[in-house]
Amino acid sequence: MPTTINVTVNGTTRTDTVDERLLLVQYLREVHSLTGTHIGCDTSSCGACTVHLDGKSVKSCTVFAVQADGSEVTTVEGLASNGTVHPVQAAFKEKHGLQCGFCTPGMIMTSVELLERNPDPSEEEIRSGIRGNLCRCTGYHNIVQAVKFAAMESK
Amino acid sequence: MVTMTSAPFEYEKPESVAEASRLLSKYGGNGKLLAGGHSLVPLMKLRLASPDALIDLSGINDLKGIKSTANGLSIGSMTTYHELESSSDVQSGAPLLADAASQVADTQVRNFGTIGGAVSHSDPASDLPPVVLALDATMVTGSQRSGREIPADRFFKDFLTTALRPNEVLVRIDIPKLPANTGTAYVKMANKASHYALVGVAAVITLGAGGVCERARVALTGAGPHAVRARRAERILEGKVLAGNVIRNASKRVGAELDGMFNEDVHASAEYREAMTQVYAERAITAAVANAG
Ligand SMILES: Cc1cc2nc3c(=O)[nH]c(=O)nc-3n(C[C@H](O)[C@H](O)[C@H](O)COP(=O)(O)OP(=O)(O)OC[C@H]3O[C@@H](n4cnc5c(N)ncnc54)[C@H](O)[C@@H]3O)c2cc1C
Ligand code: FES
Ligand code: FES
Repeated sequence: MPTTINVTVNGTTRTDTVDERLLLVQYLREVHSLTGTHIGCDTSSCGACTVHLDGKSVKSCTVFAVQADGSEVTTVEGLASNGTVHPVQAAFKEKHGLQCGFCTPGMIMTSVELLERNPDPSEEEIRSGIRGNLCRCTGYHNIVQAVKFAAMESK
Repeated sequence: MVTMTSAPFEYEKPESVAEASRLLSKYGGNGKLLAGGHSLVPLMKLRLASPDALIDLSGINDLKGIKSTANGLSIGSMTTYHELESSSDVQSGAPLLADAASQVADTQVRNFGTIGGAVSHSDPASDLPPVVLALDATMVTGSQRSGREIPADRFFKDFLTTALRPNEVLVRIDIPKLPANTGTAYVKMANKASHYALVGVAAVITLGAGGVCERARVALTGAGPHAVRARRAERILEGKVLAGNVIRNASKRVGAELDGMFNEDVHASAEYREAMTQVYAERAITAAVANAG
């Protein structure tokens, strides 16, 4: 029996009727056409699907869309404001924190939360903070540099 | 077309424990409570679980929050790992729990996984079951009629099996205050990818006059079908001054309650888990003694 949900995605509230088994990531990609949130492993391991649900990072392949009823979701598309990219997005560009870019939206969403909770993280805290996000390309070095740079720029 | 990974189900969102329990009865064993969903949803996506209904507990206020009471801490079952690790009440009242919660998985999982889901699931590699065992916690349940208080050491029954009845909801976990001069530690060998415990040991040690161990609680996860208290090792520690050789002898007995039934899977052989149980038991007990001062 389809269920009706109200979800605020990147500031806009919408009512949709969805199959209960629809995953949040599928809801964002297929219903909202927000394809910035990627599906990597689809088994809760890689973090490519990370979005913020009521301000907390979550692997959106591991929650059903019905669980987001009444909640606010922010995806990578919702980070920029008035045409200016978020400082963490700017830092990933500046420090070349990506190669193929597949993991990047998830990395950025996790890093944004990390810096909200801990504005001046040590290298170890950054590495531990992003341990739920896998990158097959960069070896993580420039990702860590990007998060450090974003922290420094925000001071 | 979107590919549906899970089997179809009804979605229910009760607002009280009694209502959740009534729904469990209504679906007659084919309804599943949903907490953080970080064990259940992956199982549903693999169709290893296909409940007829999901009963989402996130709308029940009675399951939320951490309270500091005269006797200790009272922790709502829907409290997330992140709330446990960042709560000053838990950091001061049960540092073992705050520390173990901070070692679970990654930020995203800790934001949604709950203490109630972790203990009710009784995953053999889960981090919090040995912690509630070592802290002598009490599981407080509710149902349509009345609730029960189940001591942690009677709660974990088998692989993915607890003492909860089919229509029971875990409401909260009560953690008694620790005696003075008590040190605690949780040490695990983490799976490199998931961070689940290949083996993990929680130790709670109370020292008395002359450094004699007055009370010891040691519990083991990851090694066997479910978390267990290591009573034989506790008995070796109690009444003695905890020199290195006493700790080593006790550590050798930490897996004894498993009667040789060590887990064997793609991550580690039974022999390896048995050997690592001793190593990690020694580290956990030594660390607990060191901060008992
Ligand atoms: C990538 C990944 C890595 C992980 N790594 C670790 C790790 O390192 N260490 C670790 O310990 N765990 C790990 N986990 C598991 C995680 O901790 C789960 O969140 C936890 O085991 C279950 O909690 P939950 O709130 O998500 O429960 P759910 O998945 O919602 O529920 C689990 C089970 O408990 C039942 N249940 C839930 N709440 C109640 C209640 N109040 N009363 C009665 N029954 C209830 C449900 O019906 C279900 O059967 C990992 C999970 C993932 C996805
Ligand atoms: S796609 Fe969700 S964690 Fe990999
Ligand atoms: S940049 Fe390619 S996976 Fe990270």
